[in-house]
Amino acid sequence: MDIEKFISELADQYDDIDTSGFTSETLFKENEEWSSMTALSIIAMVDDSYSVRLTGDDIRKSQTIQDIYNIVFSKSTV
Amino acid sequence: MNNPFSLKGKKVLVTGASSGIGRQIAISASAMGAETYITGRNDQRLSEVFDLLEIPGKKYIADLTIEQELNDIVEQLPNLDGVVLSAGIIKALPFKFVNKTDLDAIFQTNFISPSFLVNKLLRAKKLNKKGSVVFISSIAGNYIGSIGNSMYSASKGAMNAIQKVIAIELAPQKIRVNNISPGMIRTALIDDDTFTDEQMKEDEKKYPLGYGEPADVANGAVYLLSDASKWVTGSTLVIDGGFIIR
Repeated sequence: MDIEKFISELADQYDDIDTSGFTSETLFKENEEWSSMTALSIIAMVDDSYSVRLTGDDIRKSQTIQDIYNIVFSKSTV
Repeated sequence: MNNPFSLKGKKVLVTGASSGIGRQIAISASAMGAETYITGRNDQRLSEVFDLLEIPGKKYIADLTIEQELNDIVEQLPNLDGVVLSAGIIKALPFKFVNKTDLDAIFQTNFISPSFLVNKLLRAKKLNKKGSVVFISSIAGNYIGSIGNSMYSASKGAMNAIQKVIAIELAPQKIRVNNISPGMIRTALIDDDTFTDEQMKEDEKKYPLGYGEPADVANGAVYLLSDASKWVTGSTLVIDGGFIIR
């Protein structure tokens, strides 16, 4: 897994805010666009791209993109 | 007075009977006097339900999405006075992420299989006159849209659409065809870890009477199966704790 690729894939789930400054330390829920729809989109993206099933709780307990990346990595079989 | 809600003397088939709403409908129908036939995919859970039936008919462990298994069940069933189509699956995906594999699977289980079960029962002339067909649908796709629920909603919208046409076609035989459209019912179906407990609690606040229980739907099914509803066809019975009036 590649964190840079992951950041870009996660950033793709936002349609309104400027995500060009997203880094692994970005608090991805701390912005005005964040909603349950964004959460659902991230879960679906991770399922599509990494065949990993994230839960709503995984999203809830993550703050930074690195946090969520680590969960995906730990659940990943590849 | 005779109890118009009694199912005494009726033979009823319930699909999706190994869990959730279908399980409770089977138990309630049987408790109300129906000889109850059940199908489901899970052997152990279906057997547990079968043991709870007061008037057991037969149990068929089957995957109704497989045509051969559908044919076998129709062949083995006796003539029926009632059919409840309760087998259903769900998957939450934003519409943008919808794919053909998931959409096909949901349509197959929620719409195509129940439709063909009724179709094949009719061909085999196994639905008795004055019988009752009850589709277990949803307020989703018929009254409301909620995020991530496009595939399930579409299958339930299709269900309510086909039900109205079957109702018209079977009216000469006095066979009635209705659907129950429930809101959120506490079952394993909605136990989806895509959503957090907090999100579910927030969602439940939108229901004036809170989330429902399987018995709330099963009691409606008993009514639609019984002679109490003999002048009711093509209709939707909304059982949603007041959700859609808000």
